[in-house]
Amino acid sequence: MRSTDALIEAAFDDAGLSLDELCRASAVNPQWLHERLEAGLLPRCEGELASWRFDAVTVRRVRRMRRIERDFDAVPELAALVADLFDEIDALRARLRRAGLE
Amino acid sequence: MEFKDYYQVLGVPRDATTDQIKKTFRQLARKYHPDVSKERDAAARMSEVNEAHAVLSDPERRAAYDAIGQGRQQGEPFTPPPDWDAGFEFSGRGFEGMDAGDFSDFFAELFGRMGAPRGGRAATGGGPRAGGPLRMRGEDHHAKIVLDLEDAWRGATRQLSLRSPQLDAEGRVTLQSRTLDVKIPPGVKPGQLIRLAGQGGAGHGGAPAGDLFLEVHFRAHPRFHVEAGNLVGELPVAPWEAALGAVVPVQLPDGSTLKVRVPAGAQGGRTLRVPGKGLPGKTPGDLELTVRVVLPSAFDPRARKHYEQMAAELRDFDARKVAQAQSERGE
Repeated sequence: MRSTDALIEAAFDDAGLSLDELCRASAVNPQWLHERLEAGLLPRCEGELASWRFDAVTVRRVRRMRRIERDFDAVPELAALVADLFDEIDALRARLRRAGLE
Repeated sequence: MEFKDYYQVLGVPRDATTDQIKKTFRQLARKYHPDVSKERDAAARMSEVNEAHAVLSDPERRAAYDAIGQGRQQGEPFTPPPDWDAGFEFSGRGFEGMDAGDFSDFFAELFGRMGAPRGGRAATGGGPRAGGPLRMRGEDHHAKIVLDLEDAWRGATRQLSLRSPQLDAEGRVTLQSRTLDVKIPPGVKPGQLIRLAGQGGAGHGGAPAGDLFLEVHFRAHPRFHVEAGNLVGELPVAPWEAALGAVVPVQLPDGSTLKVRVPAGAQGGRTLRVPGKGLPGKTPGDLELTVRVVLPSAFDPRARKHYEQMAAELRDFDARKVAQAQSERGE
């Protein structure tokens, strides 16, 4: 099957994803997400829940946490801690690249 | 199609207990975790491990697999006999958390109809075909796209080859290869997700397909890298350009040349910012250039003469003291 000229719908960062879209994009159910938002394991937004928009960084974090919880039967807090450490590693790697060391 | 020995993939005996399988899977998941593994084929190995675990950790799938795998070796030609799964009852659990491309042909052929993808209704022994009409949006899929900085700058069309599981009319999962010509708009940034609406998993019962998310990665560029839309690089200057000030040309990734003013007295390490000259976009990023003073070779007699003259006339200049004072001032 070949689909040609698939035009990009939108630059994601401009609009962000709604809560439902984030659930679908991260393959988690809304309850999973609500519990981790309530526990402060994911960044919360201002205002009404329906108006929240999530960026690419949050999608990556949710997918990482889901994978860690699934693969290692990790409790959510541990998955969040590991995700924090990955974020830190990403930031340090970016500094290495900037310094021409990676 | 080749037979896959899932026990060999995990490195466990055929009579391994569920606990042994789980423990081994965790060890391998740690070893091949895509964020930390140094193994070259980590992603492919992780897919294999995930697939083996998806079968061997599920009693129903494992029993069916064991029945058909008796006496078979890894890699030998394999065609499943018709109705090979007759007599087994499957709960219809899906392939939770497995991303597009995680499946092998072997897996899809054997277990493709044991259940609708995650989120689907349980369908005993036959997937969606066993029940009435079911409307369910397709799954969102993820893939990676690697771009050159020049592509992000100018925009580009890239061809993507993707393999993703699709449900056919019979409710079986089959692996479909697709080629997409994707137009990348100018100004896309590393880490950004690009959404291709309707290019994810197929929907069921007339429901729309899911979306395909592309995570943007950049190949290393010899002179620049991108941070949050800002184009970051070095600006090599001669000592007199740094000392006296100068207007120096900088070649941008699109081949155009920008003239940048270096202020008089600029020291090495100082960052010059040119607003709006980073990656293009709705809100263009900035161009950030770190001054690097490049000394003429002291083996060139003309340069050597000047160095000797400065050494003689600037005896009170102490580079260590000056650098320390600059450091204390936060320069």
